[in-house]
Amino acid sequence: MTIRPASDRSLFLSFGAEISFAAHQDVARLTRALAGVRGILNLHPAYNSVLVDFDPRLRTHAEVEALIRARLASHEFETPPPPRHVEIPVSYGGEFGPDLADVARHTGLSPAGVIELHSAAEYLVYFVGFSTCFPYLGGLPPELATPRLSAPRKHVPVGSVAIGGAQAGIYPLASPGGWRLIGRTALTLFDATQTPPPLLRMGDRVRFVPVEILP
Amino acid sequence: MNRLHVLSPGLQTTVQDLGRFGYAHFGISASGAADPLALRAANLLVGNAENAPALELTLNGGEYSFGQPTLIALTGADFGSGLPLWQPVQLRAGEVLRCPRATHGARAYLAVRGGFAVPLVMGSASVHVMTGVGGRPLRAGDMLDIGDAAVRLPRKPARGFEKYTPPVPERTASLRVTAGPHAREFGEELYRATYTVSEESNRMGIRLKGAPLAAHAGQMVSEGVPLGAVQAPPDGQPIILFVEHQTTGGYPKPATVISADFWRLGQLRPRDRVAFERITLPAALELLRDQEEWLYSL
Repeated sequence: MTIRPASDRSLFLSFGAEISFAAHQDVARLTRALAGVRGILNLHPAYNSVLVDFDPRLRTHAEVEALIRARLASHEFETPPPPRHVEIPVSYGGEFGPDLADVARHTGLSPAGVIELHSAAEYLVYFVGFSTCFPYLGGLPPELATPRLSAPRKHVPVGSVAIGGAQAGIYPLASPGGWRLIGRTALTLFDATQTPPPLLRMGDRVRFVPVEILP
Repeated sequence: MNRLHVLSPGLQTTVQDLGRFGYAHFGISASGAADPLALRAANLLVGNAENAPALELTLNGGEYSFGQPTLIALTGADFGSGLPLWQPVQLRAGEVLRCPRATHGARAYLAVRGGFAVPLVMGSASVHVMTGVGGRPLRAGDMLDIGDAAVRLPRKPARGFEKYTPPVPERTASLRVTAGPHAREFGEELYRATYTVSEESNRMGIRLKGAPLAAHAGQMVSEGVPLGAVQAPPDGQPIILFVEHQTTGGYPKPATVISADFWRLGQLRPRDRVAFERITLPAALELLRDQEEWLYSL
């Protein structure tokens, strides 16, 4: 692990340059170890790094770094909680998945073949971030990898199930976006009136369940 | 109970405190006052805790009145209210507070003694405009309850606030930065050019136009981003990540605006010019200490 300042109120912790399950486990462990520590304001976990925001009036960079190293040295945070399994019902294709045909064309599969592969895999929520509870899912079958749109859509509907390169995701809010939309879920991932945790959290295992396949 | 009546809401008036912390790992950034120094000062002047909910007015401030006599303080940019700024002011019941527009600077803060009694969402009253967490911008006809959460006597008029008010428009705002996570992958372009604030700026990001920044890095894996980070998207036009910023991102970041200059970010308006000045981390923290001392002298 390397630690360096990212600003006068944050440290950037890096666990190597690769996206891997090992790096994810380090990220998840550090996030557990630092949750709720006084003076630490926010944690931004990602694939292989964590940004730690702190209050510079309460703690110095050196103090926060020492605290992080001490917490990691403790065995207390080693064992992850058992993973939660979440099923996401999806309506594939039609108006809900306007890019399903393009993904099929790009991958050389039929639309039914895309749906079969997509819903057969188990996904891992590497982290939740970007803009409001967006789950970054690993585990997309490599055959389904499809480049993002060259020009992002201005409006991606809430609940859109999407492929972006080798990643999978779900849009928790209507927003602009450049990922390929293959379906939509009616589940609510984010509710502005509810206090988190949101539906999907770091470490969850996710499956997509076809409930409807539209032409 | 005393209430604020919104006669006209202005361009984007929201309830803000110092932000919603502890939810970035769910992708929810802190939000909070765009000029946190002015919000804290306004609260301290009327005898509130510095984090009490107050109103953030943006460019066009709107018109308001109160059902009962009310002690207020206005800080930040001058919106032409005709009232003295940076000091407690007593309003009569029904007196109309008009805040037509900021001639320079972008935001003003209206604190009331006792604070606005609004529901907290995830521990904060801050409206996150983009997601709707914490509510929405005010509309004509809205009423806000005034609380009784004052914690001390109102203060005397602030001294020395000129240092923390928006510069006159002809001047270029100087933003002090420390080296960002990818400083080594950039040249000196950021420090040689003067940038103009774009019309597309908002509480998520302050978009700048000027000399493009060229990163010598390839594709990046998404990572956590701090408030105030200057990021360089593919077109090289810098974006300063602001209070409603995304929590993770994949663009390289040559620099980060220092905490002591966050208030300046909140006062930038479209077409303002900014220049960047690089300082060390110890110098940035020293400036923050000076600012905190001033605040507690109120």
